Amino acid sequence: MNRAARHDRLFQRLCLSAALLVMATLAGLLLALVIGGWPAISHFGPRFFVSAAWDPVSDTYGAAGPLVGTVVTALGAMALALPLAMGVAVFLVEFCPRRLAHPLGLAVEMLAGIPSIVYGMWGLFVLAPWFALHVQLPLLLSLDPESFWGKLFNGIPNGANIFTASLILAVMVLPYMATVFREMLLTVPPHMREAAYGMGCTSYEVVTYIMIPYVRRSAIGAVMLGLGRALGETMAVTFIIGNSHAFPDSLFASGSTIASTIANEFAEASSDLHVSALMALGLVLFCITFATLAGARLLIGREAS
Amino acid sequence: MAVLSRAKRRKIKNGAFVAATTLATVLAVGALLLILYSLLVNGLGGLSAAVFTMDQPPPETLGGLRNAMAGSLVLCALAMVMAVVVGVLAGTWLAEYGGQRRLAHLVRFLNDVLLSAPSILVGLFVYEVLVRPFQGFSALAGAVALALLAVPLVTRTTEDILRLQSNQLREAGMALGAGKAYVIRAIIWRASRPGLVTGALLGFARISGETAPLLFTSLGNPNLSWHLTQPMGALPTTIFQFALSAFDDWRSLAWVGALLIAIVVLSANILGRALARRSDAR
Repeated sequence: MNRAARHDRLFQRLCLSAALLVMATLAGLLLALVIGGWPAISHFGPRFFVSAAWDPVSDTYGAAGPLVGTVVTALGAMALALPLAMGVAVFLVEFCPRRLAHPLGLAVEMLAGIPSIVYGMWGLFVLAPWFALHVQLPLLLSLDPESFWGKLFNGIPNGANIFTASLILAVMVLPYMATVFREMLLTVPPHMREAAYGMGCTSYEVVTYIMIPYVRRSAIGAVMLGLGRALGETMAVTFIIGNSHAFPDSLFASGSTIASTIANEFAEASSDLHVSALMALGLVLFCITFATLAGARLLIGREAS
Repeated sequence: MAVLSRAKRRKIKNGAFVAATTLATVLAVGALLLILYSLLVNGLGGLSAAVFTMDQPPPETLGGLRNAMAGSLVLCALAMVMAVVVGVLAGTWLAEYGGQRRLAHLVRFLNDVLLSAPSILVGLFVYEVLVRPFQGFSALAGAVALALLAVPLVTRTTEDILRLQSNQLREAGMALGAGKAYVIRAIIWRASRPGLVTGALLGFARISGETAPLLFTSLGNPNLSWHLTQPMGALPTTIFQFALSAFDDWRSLAWVGALLIAIVVLSANILGRALARRSDAR
């Protein structure tokens, strides 16, 4: 074999090994979490997933509190962000004056670029005090604590709770989803839109009957992509969720998520079982987010994302 | 009459819809402005020369963020070197060699999943692999964690950019007698340079504000340190520590740090996009 051919093969192998490294990272990630988390899972058995007793002092760990906190905050964030993201995308594609479309799109993308720790600080120092003073206190004073609404909105009025965590998460995932929605709506063939307009449809009818059904499949993928981000988001939530491991009993109760628990306790975890329990939490988070993200990617396909 | 009222109803419905989407956009942009406003109001006040020349202080004394800034620079630079090498090579394999092979589809899929995987899990992984076996937190571990977060982004943009290059370019190179590897390095990479730089900038923007993966890899260090095997400070970890503290001067330093990070991240984002647009226009 001559030098050039050898050189070609060498370069191809180099590129291939880099690509395999990407795969190996994900496999290694899973393996490390399984190995690290196994002692806790085998020690507590299925109780680990259903018990809410998380107590480093007595070395007992149950993941139910953070688990529920993770799912509730992420779903809450999606409920808040989804209509907004759709609205932003539709506005930018259909209604926005042309001169504004570019700067507005850029602004939304900038929102996506802000690091999560900045969101966290903003949530802790700006949103939480405002929320406590203008939402929680009035509700606390006006509602009967025994009624359904009183129970739903019960909590220490400090603004650090599951609802505000969802709110911050919603602001964070909104730009991702809006950007993906927007790109999808732009793929709707112009002749379909124009045919609908030609029949006399209003913009509302064109969007709801033509454009959204056209992108439905990938839109669901985009929602799941946002959900994946919300599930795994760490810093913003850690700042504002109040960090209690108890099972959340109201919308305004403090809670914790898997990611916030790991962020708060991992560096200070003293016993091996504590470290292992946190790793097991990480494994649970990995499984949830992997399933969500894999589903999202399958639905979106490669082109639209 | 009935027809008219129906038309009216549709018109009203449409008006409400347009108003609702406008409101959504106003809310989203308003959130951005509110956050930028709080950053400026709270961060600008604490900005002074001391922030750049002094290390982080004990509570209630004068100090700055020099150690954290230096640490962030070292960590990000190291991480980007690793990420660009691995990411560009992996992206090149996907675009030039992998094609439609099953392995290529699998790598693409896993890379896309890794792209939005929770960063804290990457931190746990690096802890298991690089911190626990060596019995200590280190800057190197932090840089590897950050690199792992940037690699999927660089891989993805590299593949996309290389695919945009025309096959005529490849054929022209081959017709001159160059091997495939040489064509890729000397022609395709060179032609894609602006796109590759954009990918690297977006990767940098992603990792420079990351906190979660550093918490238990590089840990943080209150003193200026250049040792890669020792814990090293970083702006995000310092902000995390200071913002949650009870001391007012620590909190105001945290705001300054947050402002600095936001400026760096946003300018890297904007610069990357501007470069991408300019190369599109060419």
